[in-house]
Amino acid sequence: MTDFLQLFFSGLATGSIYALAALGFTLLWQASGTINFAQGEFVMLPAFMMLGFISLGAPMLVSFVCTALLAVLLLGWLFKRGVVDPLFKYGMMPIVVATIGLSIAMRNGVRAGYSAEAHPFASLFPDKLFNIAGVTITMQDVGTFALALVVVMATQAFLAKTVTGRAMQAVAQNTESASVLGINVPRMIFYTFAINAVLAVVAAMLVTPTYLAKFDMGEGLGTKAFFAAIIGGFNNSRGALLGGLIVGVCENLASAYISPAYKDAVALVIFMVVILFKPQGLLGKKEERKV
Amino acid sequence: MKLPGKLSLVLAIVAALLVLVVPQFLKNYGIYLLSYWLVFIIATMGLNLTIGYAGQKSLGHAAFFGIGAYTVAILMKAGFSFWLGLPAAALICFVTGLILGFPALRVQAIYLAFATLGFNTAIWLVMRNEEWLTGGTFGINNIARPSLFGYSLEGNLAYYYFVLAVTLLLAGLLWGLLRSPWGKAFTALRDNPIRAESLGVNIRHYTLLSFAIGAVYAGIAGALFASLVQFIEPGPFNVAASIMLYLMVVVGGAGYFFGPVIGAAVGVVLPEWLRDVPGVSNWYLPMFGAAVVFLMVWLPDGLLSIPDRIRDRRAARAASAARAAATSKVGASS
Repeated sequence: MTDFLQLFFSGLATGSIYALAALGFTLLWQASGTINFAQGEFVMLPAFMMLGFISLGAPMLVSFVCTALLAVLLLGWLFKRGVVDPLFKYGMMPIVVATIGLSIAMRNGVRAGYSAEAHPFASLFPDKLFNIAGVTITMQDVGTFALALVVVMATQAFLAKTVTGRAMQAVAQNTESASVLGINVPRMIFYTFAINAVLAVVAAMLVTPTYLAKFDMGEGLGTKAFFAAIIGGFNNSRGALLGGLIVGVCENLASAYISPAYKDAVALVIFMVVILFKPQGLLGKKEERKV
Repeated sequence: MKLPGKLSLVLAIVAALLVLVVPQFLKNYGIYLLSYWLVFIIATMGLNLTIGYAGQKSLGHAAFFGIGAYTVAILMKAGFSFWLGLPAAALICFVTGLILGFPALRVQAIYLAFATLGFNTAIWLVMRNEEWLTGGTFGINNIARPSLFGYSLEGNLAYYYFVLAVTLLLAGLLWGLLRSPWGKAFTALRDNPIRAESLGVNIRHYTLLSFAIGAVYAGIAGALFASLVQFIEPGPFNVAASIMLYLMVVVGGAGYFFGPVIGAAVGVVLPEWLRDVPGVSNWYLPMFGAAVVFLMVWLPDGLLSIPDRIRDRRAARAASAARAAATSKVGASS
């Protein structure tokens, strides 16, 4: 039982990081029908940016803010203007291919231009252990889970409570009516891309201390975040959180109780089961077929 | 792509010279690279049927490529002939393709892409972890090349011509298939599934078949690949390889018959060549990725859409010139 709880709690920490990346996926999908196959690399790149700022002597917080600004510019604005806008009218396939190309370019660009080695990354949280009823939990796990939860909730609250957030949701639900209502649609879509970039930076800050900064760290993360997003429900931001946690916990349990060699198949199996019985995801709404 | 008769004849002669005569003068590496290219043409032809003609987003094609390669390798290690392994590979891929088609009946588009991607991950994990069967990460080595009617295909040139013959045969079959009622049903499925259904196309059957036939092409390509490189391990059959195959189809031009020829050249031959260019070797993958992004933004329908695009532009210019002439005439007469 202690083992189980131990695995469960560290799974929650991993899962909350998947949830952050998954939330980015669902936001982009809702606002602009874009699937970003480079989402994992969108987490990898900020990790290296932060490393760069820190090596210049900036403290953690300053380098986080600088990275966030840079990410909004590069991964938000430039990505939207350079890739998504020109391809939007051609449907999904060219965007998918372009983002795959982008992920190859980013991943191998970091490898060729910076380094192929894994770099250590300082944790945001102190090196401390909690011991509750025989279960040992690291401060890193608790902090990651708590911070990720706060960020996801804050994003939720922003979307549901503020005028801008509501306008963004209106755009996501019906672009034409939104523009008739006088909402600046392109700006709202840009906000979504900007939020996606910031979420990626937060995910980078939380994930890198455990997994180290490496050029290919985004590969597995992107896929699992995507599975998480679909499991939870692709058109529902709360679903991203649920899906992320389910994948993180199940993965941890399966690698201990079933086989570590097949750990990476866990997300896949849950995903298959979910889409076979509930294609719209656990919390998703059904989408109508259009003729 | 419709070309004027004379131009297409010239192109055909040049292509025939290129694939038949040039290899005689190449060194072993060149012949090997050409064979490699042909193998990928076969694999992408199958994927082009699934994606380009039937409109099913499949990101698990490398799994079939791997299943074909491993089937042949395992059967040959067990003492069976290549000529038994090849049809076995095709058959197993056909059945697996049918099974993979089932999620496609439930989910579409991007969900399907990820379901197939997940399928690829699962197959890859089996290849890597089930050492008793696949040799795990050590792979299977010393895969022999077959002999045909008493001729040994052991030599690189002989094997190249064998692969070429298979490629042409499979291309001919695909050409025939696309012109048959089946081909029409596939494109109807792609263009509008609901309308296709209302016209009496059995969506179920054709969705499953598009996966299964695409998988057979990949399986045969995999079987040839195993014998070509003579050593297989899970690496070339992972998700990244599937994504690469998908890129090749789209970059060449999904739904264009010759798309795979161009796409495989861009995806296989170009990186090999860039690898040897001094100063580029380190950067060839980032450059490749960036090139894909630019290519998509510039030509979302792939390289083979260039002639169509030129023709469209010319037609538009002719139309606007005609319109201008007509208005000036109207203006003059009134």
